[in-house]
Amino acid sequence: MPQGDKATNAHLDITEDLTLPKMLIAAARRFGDNKVALREKEYGVWRPITWKQYLDNVRYIALGLIDLGLKRGDKVAMIGDNRPEGLWAEMGTLCAGGVAVWLFQDCLLDEVAYIINHSDTRFLFGEGQEEADKALSIREKCPQLERIVWDDPKGMRTYDDPVLLSMKKLIEAGKELDRKDPGLFDRMVAEGRAKDVALLFYTSGTTALPKGVLLSHYNMMTMGADLMAVDPCDPADDFVSYLPFAWIGEQMMSISCGLRVGYTINFPEEPETNQENIREIAPHVMFAPPRMYEQMTRNVQVKHLDATWIKRTLFNLAMKIGYYAADLKFEKKSVPFYISITQWLAYITVFKKLRDHLGLVNIRNAYTGGAAMGPDHFRFFHAMGVNLKQIYGQTEIAGISVLHRNGDVKFDTVGTPIPNTEIKITEDGEIISRSPSVFLGYYKNPEATAKSLRDGWLYSGDKGFIDDDGHLVVFDRTADVMTLSDQSIFAPQYLETRLKFSPYIKDAWVIGHQKPYMTAAVCIDYAVVGKWADEKKLNYTSYHELSQKREVYDLVEKQIREANKGLKPAARIHKFVNMFKEFDADDEELTRTRKLRRAFVENRYRDIVQALYEDRDTVHMDTKITYEDGRTTHIKTDLHIQKIMLEEGR
Amino acid sequence: MAEYRQAQPMLSVQNIHMFFGRISALSGVSIDVEAGGIHSIIGPNGAGKTVMLNCINGLYHPQQGAISFESRNISGLKPHVRAEQGIARTFQKLELFRGMTVLDNIRLGRHIHLKSGILGGVWYFGKTAEEEVKAREFIEEEIIDLLEIEHIRNKTVAMLPYGLQKRVELGRALALNPKLLLLDEPLAGLNLEEVEDMARFILDINEEERWQITCILVEHDMGVVMDISDRVSVLNFGCKIAEGTPQEIQSNPDVIKAYLGEEDMYATRR
Repeated sequence: MPQGDKATNAHLDITEDLTLPKMLIAAARRFGDNKVALREKEYGVWRPITWKQYLDNVRYIALGLIDLGLKRGDKVAMIGDNRPEGLWAEMGTLCAGGVAVWLFQDCLLDEVAYIINHSDTRFLFGEGQEEADKALSIREKCPQLERIVWDDPKGMRTYDDPVLLSMKKLIEAGKELDRKDPGLFDRMVAEGRAKDVALLFYTSGTTALPKGVLLSHYNMMTMGADLMAVDPCDPADDFVSYLPFAWIGEQMMSISCGLRVGYTINFPEEPETNQENIREIAPHVMFAPPRMYEQMTRNVQVKHLDATWIKRTLFNLAMKIGYYAADLKFEKKSVPFYISITQWLAYITVFKKLRDHLGLVNIRNAYTGGAAMGPDHFRFFHAMGVNLKQIYGQTEIAGISVLHRNGDVKFDTVGTPIPNTEIKITEDGEIISRSPSVFLGYYKNPEATAKSLRDGWLYSGDKGFIDDDGHLVVFDRTADVMTLSDQSIFAPQYLETRLKFSPYIKDAWVIGHQKPYMTAAVCIDYAVVGKWADEKKLNYTSYHELSQKREVYDLVEKQIREANKGLKPAARIHKFVNMFKEFDADDEELTRTRKLRRAFVENRYRDIVQALYEDRDTVHMDTKITYEDGRTTHIKTDLHIQKIMLEEGR
Repeated sequence: MAEYRQAQPMLSVQNIHMFFGRISALSGVSIDVEAGGIHSIIGPNGAGKTVMLNCINGLYHPQQGAISFESRNISGLKPHVRAEQGIARTFQKLELFRGMTVLDNIRLGRHIHLKSGILGGVWYFGKTAEEEVKAREFIEEEIIDLLEIEHIRNKTVAMLPYGLQKRVELGRALALNPKLLLLDEPLAGLNLEEVEDMARFILDINEEERWQITCILVEHDMGVVMDISDRVSVLNFGCKIAEGTPQEIQSNPDVIKAYLGEEDMYATRR
């Protein structure tokens, strides 16, 4: 335990006996009704939930599940937006000795059915009508699914299927059982062991069907302890939970670190109000995938385009100072006295307000992870004085193995291993890691387990190397690394993240593996380009039409030229096409965590790829779009291909 | 919903005539609206549907005939008096205060339920504070939550897309806590997703135990009208040519001839 660790449960040694529920009870015992554990914005006000109330709800849900017939080791699935009820359901499952399976809120029916079946889920917690509909429509395919519990009564008045059960009723049944056998809950929790399976999490899988990752209480607790040993949090801190619970990063913050430290977890009112609610809370710690930071950057850039002359000038000046100071910090040089003064001026005139708008005014540690983040974004946040750091890890290692340290941030690396974690590079360049948080194996998939888990080492499938400072550099997924025309190796993500630094580009897909030159397919940002088109008095009715405007092509070309700067000739983009729609996880083009599924798009848009390497300036597309409710439509269209005249030389 | 159906209709329009100069917009129309249901009025453009709603809520006073609401004759009453009695409406062309926020627009709809005066407002204690808190709870818990407009409550109405403005218009009407709600083309100009949402909201306020508002719906989207209505009246050139259940209306030869004629009438949107 590091000196001065203020974490609520820092005194608990992670022994064979300790489990997550025992940590919850310890925290609830310590704070009772005196401290707010959770906060939810509802009906326009922040509603506090104390630690005692948190535990009470978890207790009755756990007993309610026992009343329904849950046995130790049974799987319980959860789906829905972030809300206290979701967390209670997960903790209730763990207290009752069950295994929690979280599903992404926007999963299509087939994915839900696959995961429910593969995991042998008996009980499903949904939020309201939408989730109840989803669950009811897959019930025929999932005969082992016994009950569906919902908590939001809106729209549920006409549902009388006996498989449905309200959380209220479940809690009542739990209370009844508690009256009959008051010691049952404590006995159940006491039975738990650290090595028990806690979570069964399905990886998003850029390549194949999702695999079920089995994580024990021990995995989760050690991960939390090791992360908090690097960047301790305080019980008085605030955290906003708005990213899917099905993402291991959210489990890291809400469960592992949340139970260890005892900080307050805040739930936004609706997904649409996330940004506003984050601003109201102004959290001290934040962990989000790059796309959230990309979105924040885009918001700032767009507001900047709109601002008055004086504001723009002040912002540009402040950013100049910020970038200068940030670059000094990256190079580990000391910041001269006069720069510190101008930095302070930039802070009080611009950055303070800007960070307030982004909800980053109190932020001590902002983490990004789950995908690659471009250096431009990194520098942008550090210029504002936001301590943005990279986390690297997989679901298979409970989410984290490597992390940037304060004062030692290099934006082309992911940092150094957290305590109790070893990282090695195999002879063929694969990153392997070993720590107490390495998972137990894949559920019902011994071949995949044998492939990933050898002698206690986790084989990540990522390529990388360790640089002179001992930092890990992650190249890319092995499958995603390209060979360019000059036979050099290149990570397309690097170029894609550079393109995405432009506010006009939402997504980019760079093509060029073993091809004579590089090309790109670009998804414009509908809102930003749309606004730009309004100002230019361009008429358009749809994303598709806007994307194919000559002027928009020229706009995108300008952004690509910018990204091409400083790249060696073989890595520069020669041709590009504007996609007629955004990439979408429902069309399987992205994973649920919004990573590009390269192999899939290459196959799906092979006509586009082919046309980019022929002497043509249009390509005909005929494709299918899937809506979230499973409906599909056909799109037939011609896409323009634009060539970029490259200056010769370097 | 049987217990809400009384022998007397909630609203009874008897033989009303409405002339503008020499043009007869409504000639001898009678409609009875049962409590608890959704009663749709359909008809071609210019058939007199909106005039009918204007007569019911008191914007127009028909030259002949009588309108009674909950067995009271309301023919001569001004619109605000009818509002106090429980008749609210939305407008086809939105009538919101465009420079005000969503919340303020909805609050305005609530003002007839606020009884405290200026002095009470200055001191803000006792009854006044209690009343304010109640009004706030009602707006937040019943309206904002129902219509899913949490993310725009503090936005200026003029900045919002049309589909959301329509929701705000409905929200303001609901703030009156009406017994009878007149909806004038609530689906016009909305995209498919917005239509589905709006149809769901209308069903919610009609069926949800908390509300159970009787609705009169003027709408061109036949798919939705036939799906959600309990009864349908058909107007043509100011005359009622048919009334019945959606099934009866769809098979009524007069209606088919006058209005439904072209076979793609169901293809309005779906």
